[in-house]
Formats: sequence, C-alpha cells, structure tokens
Amino acid sequence: MPEPFVSRGFTGKRRGGAEKANRIPPGQYLTEDFPVLSAGPTPRLDLKHWTFTIEGLVKEKVSWTWEEFLKLPSQSFVVDISCVTKWTHLDMKWQGVSVDTLLEHAELDRKAAFVIAFSHEGYTTNMPVADILNGQAFVAYSYDDKPLEPEHGGPARLVVPHLYFWKSAKWAAGLRFVEKDQRGFWESAGYNNHGDPWKEERYS
Amino acid sequence: MESTPSDMDRELVLDGNAAAGLLQEIFGAEMTASPTECAHCGNESDMGGLVAYTQGPGIVLRCPGCMQVMLRITQTPQATYLDARGAVYLRFTR
Amino acid sequence: MRQPLDWQIASVKDIRPETASVKTFTLALPNWTAHRAGQHYDIRLTAEDGYQAQRSYSIASEPERRGEIDLTIERIEDGEVSTYMHEVLVEGDQIEVRGPIGGYFVWDASSRDQLLLIAGGSGVVPLMSMIRHRASAGASNATHLLYSSRTFDDVIYYQELEKLKSKGKGLEVFHTLTRSQPAGWSGFDRRIDEAMLKEVVKPLGKSLQAFICGPTLLVESAANTLVKIGIKPNQIRTERFGPTGTA
Repeated sequence: MPEPFVSRGFTGKRRGGAEKANRIPPGQYLTEDFPVLSAGPTPRLDLKHWTFTIEGLVKEKVSWTWEEFLKLPSQSFVVDISCVTKWTHLDMKWQGVSVDTLLEHAELDRKAAFVIAFSHEGYTTNMPVADILNGQAFVAYSYDDKPLEPEHGGPARLVVPHLYFWKSAKWAAGLRFVEKDQRGFWESAGYNNHGDPWKEERYS
Repeated sequence: MESTPSDMDRELVLDGNAAAGLLQEIFGAEMTASPTECAHCGNESDMGGLVAYTQGPGIVLRCPGCMQVMLRITQTPQATYLDARGAVYLRFTR
Repeated sequence: MRQPLDWQIASVKDIRPETASVKTFTLALPNWTAHRAGQHYDIRLTAEDGYQAQRSYSIASEPERRGEIDLTIERIEDGEVSTYMHEVLVEGDQIEVRGPIGGYFVWDASSRDQLLLIAGGSGVVPLMSMIRHRASAGASNATHLLYSSRTFDDVIYYQELEKLKSKGKGLEVFHTLTRSQPAGWSGFDRRIDEAMLKEVVKPLGKSLQAFICGPTLLVESAANTLVKIGIKPNQIRTERFGPTGTA
C-alpha cells in the first residue's frame, strides 16, 4: 500500500498545552479562543418576547419570561468545554441558572427518560435525563463576566460541559421531556447520540 | 474592511460554491450550476447560490429566500451523511 | 456525466510576493486539466501524525496556460493553511491538490456578456482569472472591474491591470482605496456605495453579467445595491470569501 502523502513541515494549529494534557480529552487541541461555529444565521432575539419553557412529560408546562428568568437564583460556573470539531477551552467562566433549579418548578413524569433541548431557531439536541441533573447542566446568560453575545448563543444557551459542545444548545428556548429518545440535528446525521469527549464519542 | 464582533458571524457565511468540492465528491458530478428548489418556500436557485454554513460539525446549505435548511451534509471517518429533505429535487445532467 | 475529483501531488514551481501579505504560488500539475476562469482548487495538508487541514483557493491564472496553475493566496493571521503556504512552503516542495472545482462562479470568453466584476481584497483572484482568460482569448466584450482595497500597497496585480487596461480592448479598471490614499490619487476613496456602483455600471447597459467576490459583508452589500439600481438577481453571481483583512 503506498505511503500517504505528508506535507513537509506541517504540524497544524494545535498548540502545546502539554502541562494541561490531563485535562484535554483525546483528539482535542487546546485553544484560548472561543470559535463561532454555526449551522445558520444568528437570530437576534427580542428580550420582550423571549421565553424559556419546560414541557413534555411534566405535570404542568412551566415558562419564564426574561425578567422572570433573571430573578431565578443563578450561579457562576467555571468549566472546561470541548467541541467535536476538536477545540477544547479550559476554565470558561459562565453565569446562569442550574437546570436543577429550573426543575424545582416542574414535576417530571415517571416516564420521562430523555430530554430534547430546543432553540429559538429550530435546532435540537437530545440527552438522557440523567445527563442534565445534579449540577451537570445550566442555562447560561453570561460568559466571561459579560452578557452572552448572540453569536455564542445569547441571550441564553444551555451548557452541558461533560458532553461535546453541540449538546449545549444555543439560543435555548426550552427542554422537552419525552419517553423515547429522539435524535436531534447532528445526532440524526452521523454524530454520536451521547457525546462523551473522554470516550471520544464523536460519531454514531 | 474592519468588522465588529457582531459582524464576524455574518462574515462566516459563504455561498454554495464553497461546498462545490464536497458536492462533487458525493455526487460524482459538478453540482453548483445545477438548479434546485426549496421545499419550504419554492424559491429556485442554482446550488452555487445557496447560503452555506461550513463551520461546525457539518455543512448546512440554506435557501437564500427563506433561510430554511435545504441540505445537511456531515462526514464521519466511515461515511458521509446527506439530508436533502429541504430540497424538492436535486438535478443531475445525464 | 461522472467527473471524479482526485487528489494529485503538485510541485511548487515558483513563489513570488504580490503585496506584503499576498503571494502567488505557481504549481505544476501532473494531471493538469484546463479549468474555467473562476474555478478553484482544494489544497490539503497532512501532518506526520495524520492530522489534515484543507482549504479552497481560487485559480488566478488563465486556462490557456497549460500544465500549471497560479494560486494567489493572502496570509490570514492564525490561518492554518495560509501561514504554512507563506512561511514554510518553498520552491521544489510538493503539495496535495484537487480540482478544478466549481461551475457556478465561472465565465468563459465564448460568452459575449458585458462583464461587471466587483472585488474586495483578495476576492480579486478569481476575477483576475477571468480577465487574464479574456485577454488570452482576444475577447473585447466591455468589462468593468471595480476593485476595493484598504491602501494602495494592498492592491494586487496593479501593474498588470494597468497594462491590460491600456490595451484598449474594452477593459476598464476602477480602484477604490477605503483606508488611505497616496498623494495625487484620482480613484475612489471610500467603501463601495450606490453612487459608485451607478457610475461603474452606467456605461455597461442593462444586460450585463456581474461577478462579486470578497468578504461576505462587502459581497452582500454590493449585490443588494446592484439589485436596488435595477440589475436582476439572476444577473449576479457571488463568491463570499469569508473573513479577510484587506478589503
């Protein structure tokens, strides 16, 4: 079999970060940037009409307006983020509301095994309910001590740091609880249904 | 031309001809001069004139009229996935 | 008709600077096929450990030049492939390419269209392929190039455009320098706007074919303005380059 061609002197943009190697999942490279990666135009959402909703297999649907959302107890989260396109950014600082806090206002049906996070412009991503409980997920409206910019998912996005970043739906509009798993936008096109970066669960 | 951070995301938008190589890889033929029709709004366009988002886990081609998704293409180590439900048809010259 | 797209290994025949941040690379292709003006080639770089990066670059040269192509590439800060091309690649190196690719943003001299070419920064490259092809083919269809750059030092192909313009075969070149102009500058000195487009378009008449290439915002603004002044959308073809620095 012929040797694949190698470009003399090419190493790519991957930076060192050797001293932090144990925090970088396999196949990832370290970046200080926050790349903007999108499947569509950035929606410019009007805060007057913004809502976040918990629906589906819950006793009663619950919804917050922007003003109501900001009144919920919020926390600061410093987490490492890994995107399936191979960048990892350590110690990203966010402020937002834990999904556990949101779920205090809803009663999940016993049959609710999966959740679909949906955005204000058609994007969806799916996870087992267990992946968003117990401090593993939050709805963030601030990054790096500034209001979350629209190109990064503002005014508010889901953040689920222990899974690849495509699970952290931008322009978050709500969570829908369901009995049967339903693959979302990227999961239905070859991407892994779960998405754990430490197990390199990139593709299906 | 200087751009502000909020212009950056618009600057990442490309045309369908940015996906020309990938489309030729998948279909074995040059596709960007091929007409197609949006399944959402009926807008007709050559594939080269679709709006392309190429950053991220896959390529998304959207209708220049209504901006709905027409084609979605992803590539994994084993396979290429194509979702063309947003297009009424794809046309190949014989 | 099946048109497979195979990778081939090209040799770097020549590298020469055009501006402080732009270089032209002449590549000799073992499997050269005549391209159409406006098409591009993909370049793929592979590291020792298998990591790959791939980008598309418009062909700058005319299809009449057999066996080799010119790619004119701007060095983008932190650009993985462009910095390799500018800083590592030398004459004699090999590089993996595939092409020619594209069928939408192309022009053949056999068409007698009047041409309106609008370029922002390195967006001039595919339009230069059209201009060079037109000259090689001896065409004389009226062709107007409106070329936006930040400063005079950023203008690519200035001398060659002046020379082609002076041959009197229907090519007019309009430069606009948006950031600073040299003393005695008689061209435009602002971003492309409606008044400027009207002036460039007027002598061409209504049945022109327009090609616009450059950064997304410039391309969208120019395309929308052309429609506003009465050019039909199906007369306009665009190639957005993504973010660049010198428009």
